[in-house]
Amino acid sequence: MTGEFNLFHAGYLLQGAVWTLLLAVIAILGGGVLGLVVAIGRVARPWPVRLLAGAYVQVIQGTPLLILMFIAFFGLSILGITLPALVAAGVALVLYSAAFLGEIWRGCFQAVPQAQHEAGAALGLRPFSILRLIVLPQAVRIAVPPTVGFLVQVVKNTSIASIVGFTELARAGQIVNNATFQPFLCFTIVAGIYFLLCYPLSCWARALERRLVPA
Amino acid sequence: MSYRFDFSFVPQYWHLFLEGAQTTLLISLAATLGGFALGTLCAVARTRGPRWSRRLVTAYVEVFRNTPLLVQIFLVFFGLASLGLRIDATTAAIAALIINMAAYTSEIVRAGIEATGTGQMEAASALGLRPAQAMALIVLPPALERVWPALASQFVLLMLASSVTSTISVEELTGIANRVQSDTFRPFEVFSIVGGIYLVLSFLLRGALWLAGRLLFPWRWQAA
Repeated sequence: MTGEFNLFHAGYLLQGAVWTLLLAVIAILGGGVLGLVVAIGRVARPWPVRLLAGAYVQVIQGTPLLILMFIAFFGLSILGITLPALVAAGVALVLYSAAFLGEIWRGCFQAVPQAQHEAGAALGLRPFSILRLIVLPQAVRIAVPPTVGFLVQVVKNTSIASIVGFTELARAGQIVNNATFQPFLCFTIVAGIYFLLCYPLSCWARALERRLVPA
Repeated sequence: MSYRFDFSFVPQYWHLFLEGAQTTLLISLAATLGGFALGTLCAVARTRGPRWSRRLVTAYVEVFRNTPLLVQIFLVFFGLASLGLRIDATTAAIAALIINMAAYTSEIVRAGIEATGTGQMEAASALGLRPAQAMALIVLPPALERVWPALASQFVLLMLASSVTSTISVEELTGIANRVQSDTFRPFEVFSIVGGIYLVLSFLLRGALWLAGRLLFPWRWQAA
């Protein structure tokens, strides 16, 4: 596959983009579920739960994603499991996304005024019903724009998986570059593909935000 | 599971870790200062500049916020070299981090400027200040104060993101970690320790930025 940049190389990059998307979907689904647990933990009644969830967020947000990936990669192999780089990268991205999504969602939950809880109680609703019927619907509405905004971060951060040896878009770009010796062209195309993936999400997030806060 | 953790290499390599941490901090400091300056200029150009400068800054911000830092680093390092401009890895890393950082900073500072309102600008020009003076003396201080927490967390994110510069062979903390783990064959232990060092660095940086906010915007202190 050496020689000038050609259609074969372009196809290889697109294949990498598919892996990038797959990794992003894993991160978002896994991170979403775990992030919900983190968010609930951060506002839970018992203080040890709050402390634990808070510590989790602090540790993950204070460590580079690349280091998390290395730890997941080598940690899993210590456990005697030899898994493809996709799993290590996926695990690290899930842990990472959970910390950020958990914080975003906690903020949205707490942005619903306390008076809404009290109003629900005054209407005689039980605590669970207050959450389900009054607080959560409002919190979800506030949470959608920043969550979509975070998807952009996730898609971009999947590129770090290339460093632990997973062949997604950025790694595919390096491989094609090694074959063609046209780094400028090659990485511009890679950047262009990332842009095509991320820019619509950014625009969507902004549009959602505008709808939420009428100017 | 029969793995035995072995941290006995730590004392021998400790000075290397410290050197790496120092490089990480230096790169981050350079990128933060450069990115902050460039980003603030961009924010001013986007809010108060002529239409062409607004469009230019908007395009710049969108391109760099919607592509990964890693690819930007590759473009600066390998791309520029292929165009005949050879720069060493550390310079390329700092340049890429500055360009990336400025795009984020400019959006944050722009929000601050817009929240400060045009009334301040008009009052300043009524007092006879030139537009540049009005911007620097009247509008920017409260604008920056307002968005300082967001800027501070962006600076911490930049420090953590600088770890990916190890891929172009910059010998910062992660680069050192790679070297030590290939020496000791203890990757899990090495990366756990380095993760801990990053955690400490990010706490220290957060504290320093909080203090810097107090020093940069002393009027808030005095009023309280």
